[in-house]
Amino acid sequence: MAKNILIVGGGLSGTIVANGLCRQLSKELRDGKVGITLLGTSDQHLYQPGLLYVPFGRIREAELFRDQRKVLDRRVNFFIDPARNIDVDAGQVTTQSGKMHRYDYLVIATGSRIMPQTIPGMAEAAHWFYDLDGARKMRDALSAFEGGKIVVNVNAPHKCPVAPLEITFMLYDYLKGRGLWEKSEITYTYPIGRLHALEPVALWAKPEFDKIGVKYETFFNCKEVDPAARTISSEEGVSLPFDMLITIPPHQGAEVIGDSNLGKGGWVPTNPKTLHREGSTNVFVVGDTTNIPISKAGSTAHFEADTVIDNLVSLVQEDRWARDYDGKVFCFVETGMNSGTYVWFNYTTPPNPGPPSQMIHWFKLAYNRLYWLSARGLL
Amino acid sequence: MSERQIIDARGAFCPGPLMELIAALKLSAVGEEVEVLSSDKGSVTDIPEWVKKVGHTLVTTTEKEGYWSVVVRKAK
Ligand SMILES: Cc1cc2nc3c(=O)[nH]c(=O)nc-3n(C[C@H](O)[C@H](O)[C@H](O)COP(=O)(O)OP(=O)(O)OC[C@H]3O[C@@H](n4cnc5c(N)ncnc54)[C@H](O)[C@@H]3O)c2cc1C
Repeated sequence: MAKNILIVGGGLSGTIVANGLCRQLSKELRDGKVGITLLGTSDQHLYQPGLLYVPFGRIREAELFRDQRKVLDRRVNFFIDPARNIDVDAGQVTTQSGKMHRYDYLVIATGSRIMPQTIPGMAEAAHWFYDLDGARKMRDALSAFEGGKIVVNVNAPHKCPVAPLEITFMLYDYLKGRGLWEKSEITYTYPIGRLHALEPVALWAKPEFDKIGVKYETFFNCKEVDPAARTISSEEGVSLPFDMLITIPPHQGAEVIGDSNLGKGGWVPTNPKTLHREGSTNVFVVGDTTNIPISKAGSTAHFEADTVIDNLVSLVQEDRWARDYDGKVFCFVETGMNSGTYVWFNYTTPPNPGPPSQMIHWFKLAYNRLYWLSARGLL
Repeated sequence: MSERQIIDARGAFCPGPLMELIAALKLSAVGEEVEVLSSDKGSVTDIPEWVKKVGHTLVTTTEKEGYWSVVVRKAK
C-alpha cells in the first residue's frame, strides 16, 4: 500500500515540504509507494514579504503572485479545497467540499492570520500591510496623506518580527521624500519594554530612531481604538492621538486548527525539536502555526520545513529518524529605503546583528526574487 | 479551575518570554494562570514590571536550576 503524505496549507512551508519530498522521494513516487497531496486555499501563491513595499508603490502587485500549480512539483496532488476538520485520532482530514483524505503522515502548515477584529475599533480605524487588501488601502491613504501624526502600533503575537521596524524606517524615508516630514510625527509603539523583541536589534534601533526623530512608547498593548476621537489606548493606560494609524494586528493561527481542537488560538502544541504535534508521531507541524516560542518568519518556516523533509524521507525510506530542528532563524532587516542588515540565532546561539549596509539591502531585494526558488525547494 | 498553562521560553530569544506571556494572556480567561519558564534573568524584572502596569497579578517568581519560573494570573 502506498504511504499517503498529506500537507495542509500551501504557503511557504507547505510548498517547500511538498517540493522537497517530491525531489527526494522520486523513486518511491515512481514506484507508487508514496503519494503526496497538498490542500490549499487558492490557485495563487502570495509572496508575503513583498507586501511591505506595496504601501509605497515600490512593487507591482503582479510581482507578488505566482501560479501555485507552477510553483509546486507536478507530482504533488494539489487540491484547492481547504481543510475543514483535522482528525488526528482517526488519521483523516475533511475538506470544504466534503472530501475525506486519509493519511499516514500529516504536515500541518496552515500559517497565521491577522485578527484586527479582536481589538475594538481597530478594523475600522487602522491601516495595515499584512494582507494585500490592507496594503492597497494603506497605499491610497499614504498617497492622500498631507502630514500629521502617524502611530505605528505593534501587537503580540505577530509574524515577521522585523517588519514593524522596517515599515517605520521606510515611512520616514517616504515622508522625507515627499517633503512631508517637517509636518509629520511618527510614534512607534511596542508591547514590551524596548523597541524590538531581540535585545541587540532594540539597542541598535533606539539611537537610530532618536537620530531621525521617531518617537516611541514601549509597554504599549493596544486595548482599543476610538475611530471618532482618533485615539489609540493601551492596556497600560496610555492614550495617543493619531491622524493615521498603522497597525501590526495581533495574530492567530488558522480557523481549522481551533475548529479541530488542535490548539488554543490556532497555535498547535509542537515539540520544538522533532516538530511533532505533541501527542502524535505521524503529525508534523511547520511554520507560523506551531506554538514554539520563536519568531514566526519565513526563514523559520524554511528551516523547519527542511527538517521535516529530512525526517519524512528518512522515515519512508529507512524507517528511522534523521535529525532534530535546532531553532534556527535568519532575518534581513530593512533599515531604510537603501540600507539593510541581518540577524540569525538558534536555540543556543544568541543573535548579533552586524552594521547596516547598502549591500545587504540589495541582497534582500535579490532575495525577494530568490523566494520562488526557495519555495520550489531549489535553495 | 482550568489547568495552568506553561510556556517554556527557555532559550527563546525572539519574541521572548514577556511577548509570549502577553500573547498567552490574550487567549486566557480572567482568573486563569500562566507560568513562564525563562532562562533570561531580565524576565524576573520585566515581567513583574509589565504585570504591575497592566494590573494582572504576579503569583510567584521562583529561581530554579539555571532558569526562572514566573506565574501570572489574568486579572482583567
Ligand atoms: C508584510 C510581511 C512581511 C514579511 N517579511 C518577511 C521577511 O522579510 N522575512 C521572513 O522570513 N518572513 C517574512 N514574513 C513572514 C512570512 O511570510 C511567514 O512567516 C511565512 O509565510 C510562514 O509560512 P507558513 O507556511 O507557516 O504560512 P503561510 O506562508 O502564511 O502559509 C499558510 C497557508 O495555509 C493556508 N491555509 C490556512 N488555512 C487552511 C486550511 N484550512 N486548509 C488549507 N490551507 C489553509 C493559507 O491560505 C496559506 O496559504 C513576512 C510576512 C508579512 C505579512
